[in-house]
Amino acid sequence: MADILITEALTRRYGSLVAVDRIDLRIAPGERRAIIGPNGAGKTTLLDLVAGAIRPSGGRIRFDGRDITGSGPARRARLGIGRIHQRPAVWPSLTTLDNVAVAAAQSRGGVRRSRRPAIELLDRLGLADQAGVEAARLSHGQRRQLEIAMALAGEPRLLLLDEPAAGLSAVEFERLGEVLRDLPEGMTVLLVEHRLDLVYAFADVVTVLRDGQYVVSGTPDEIRMSHTVRQAYSGAVA
Amino acid sequence: MKRLLLVPAVAFAAALPWLVDDYTTATLARLLVLGLVGVSVALLTGVTGLPTLGQTAPFAAGAYAAAQLGLHDVANEPVRLLAAAGVGAAFALLTAPLVVYARGVIVLMITLAIGELAITVASRWKSVTGGTDGLIAAPTLDTDRARYLYTLAVVVVLVALVLLALRSPAGLLLRASRDDEARMRASGHPVTAYLTGAYAAAGGIAGVGGALLVTTQQYVSPADFSFDTAALLLLGVVIGGAGSMLGAAAGTAFVFAARDWLSGLLPGHAPLLLGALFVVTAYLLPRGVAGFDWRRLGRAARAASPGAMRRRNQEA
Ligand SMILES: Nc1ncnc2c1ncn2[C@@H]1O[C@H](COP(=O)(O)OP(=O)(O)OP(=O)(O)O)[C@@H](O)[C@H]1O
Ligand SMILES: [Mg+2]
Repeated sequence: MADILITEALTRRYGSLVAVDRIDLRIAPGERRAIIGPNGAGKTTLLDLVAGAIRPSGGRIRFDGRDITGSGPARRARLGIGRIHQRPAVWPSLTTLDNVAVAAAQSRGGVRRSRRPAIELLDRLGLADQAGVEAARLSHGQRRQLEIAMALAGEPRLLLLDEPAAGLSAVEFERLGEVLRDLPEGMTVLLVEHRLDLVYAFADVVTVLRDGQYVVSGTPDEIRMSHTVRQAYSGAVA
Repeated sequence: MKRLLLVPAVAFAAALPWLVDDYTTATLARLLVLGLVGVSVALLTGVTGLPTLGQTAPFAAGAYAAAQLGLHDVANEPVRLLAAAGVGAAFALLTAPLVVYARGVIVLMITLAIGELAITVASRWKSVTGGTDGLIAAPTLDTDRARYLYTLAVVVVLVALVLLALRSPAGLLLRASRDDEARMRASGHPVTAYLTGAYAAAGGIAGVGGALLVTTQQYVSPADFSFDTAALLLLGVVIGGAGSMLGAAAGTAFVFAARDWLSGLLPGHAPLLLGALFVVTAYLLPRGVAGFDWRRLGRAARAASPGAMRRRNQEA
């Protein structure tokens, strides 16, 4: 089958800094791809580029055969790209339930029709008892769970996860593992994560970035054994 | 509970013209109109996240539309209201591209410019507005009491509609857009379209306010839409609570009443005193009187009461 996400020489500069440097990715439908790399490697910038939150300085992005380089984030979301942010982004003045319902509204034909599926999602993420609580009052970990529920509520075909495990309690971390395992098979996932245990358990393919550049890709086993990867992380010069 | 209190409040407001003289009745009618325009300001400032100094512009557009209809012998009030709403909303749609892409203080500056531009046009376009002399409109209702009750009815219905709309999914979409618009876009929502819709609705409400202004004072001139009016509207909304439509309406009416009262009492000092009031509210009640957590104050007061202190001491 044709790749669902293709980036060609995708680049983002901040002044003289090249945060994402000519990255070529090809992701197959249903693939679970992890992106790892040290702080500042450009992982978040890469997800932002794919989601359309920022514009590339160069290169192209194709999603499902369509060139989306010029499309805005809302259009990409409607095409089927969902995401969570590294810093959980929720709507603090809305209740937990309304957060999910509003997030689902575009793909499910309105806020009202989204409430029932929203309750199910909250249940899956262990937030059912918080349904009526303003999101402003949730803990950091709960907000992250909530944003995952919001991303899933849109039934994306490509899901972009930026450090979903950061700041979770042990219980929440375990539940996240279950949620990721239970994702529909056809859903393509791009996972940025520092918790390598989660990465190795979840990913089909792991791609390593460093200083905006592509280092290597491989299966979890290959990456775990790789000398290059350890160097990329330790900062040693190859 | 709060909603139930509204019924006697409206009943009391309806009885007022029998309790005060005609002059006061006319003044109250004008305050109702300004309260309604204040609601349009709050809808943008508090709910949508577009703080505005420019609602005087659709307010003026609606007023001149109604006055012109009056001059052309259209005495039918509902027709004039609808026309003013349409003109106010159309004006907002025309200026929306200037406003909905900006955020924060920039919105204040742009809307300020729109408001100033509207006054300039109102002063210069003599054939339509009568220039600085203004336009006199024949009364459509005979007594101050009738004009007041009509204004009250329109304001109550419109505010109720706004409250209903804000409780509907549309209200959620606006509040979510204000809270975090990047997250809205990431969920596929066309945020700019939502903001444009809210801006047009607020323009329509301000336009209705304009028609009501013509009805209540049978006269309209650029002075009704001066920068002072724009600033006091925003001040009233912030004091009352930009997130609460009723708070905003009450705050606006209060501020204009205070201005009129103070300028009689201490001529020339009203702006200074209102400015001071603004600073104090902004510091003490960042969410306005209506946004203040009164229940928490109640809990704090109970906790600090002598009885509670004694109990704590015994426990310690
Ligand atoms: N808006 C910005 N302006 C300037 N520089 C930026 C901006 N956003 C990111 N950068 C820089 O781009 C580089 C890549 O940042 P990015 O956030 O993508 O890294 P990351 O791999 O997600 O790191 P982390 O693991 O810490 O989240 C960093 O050097 C960062 O300082
Ligand atoms: Mg990051």
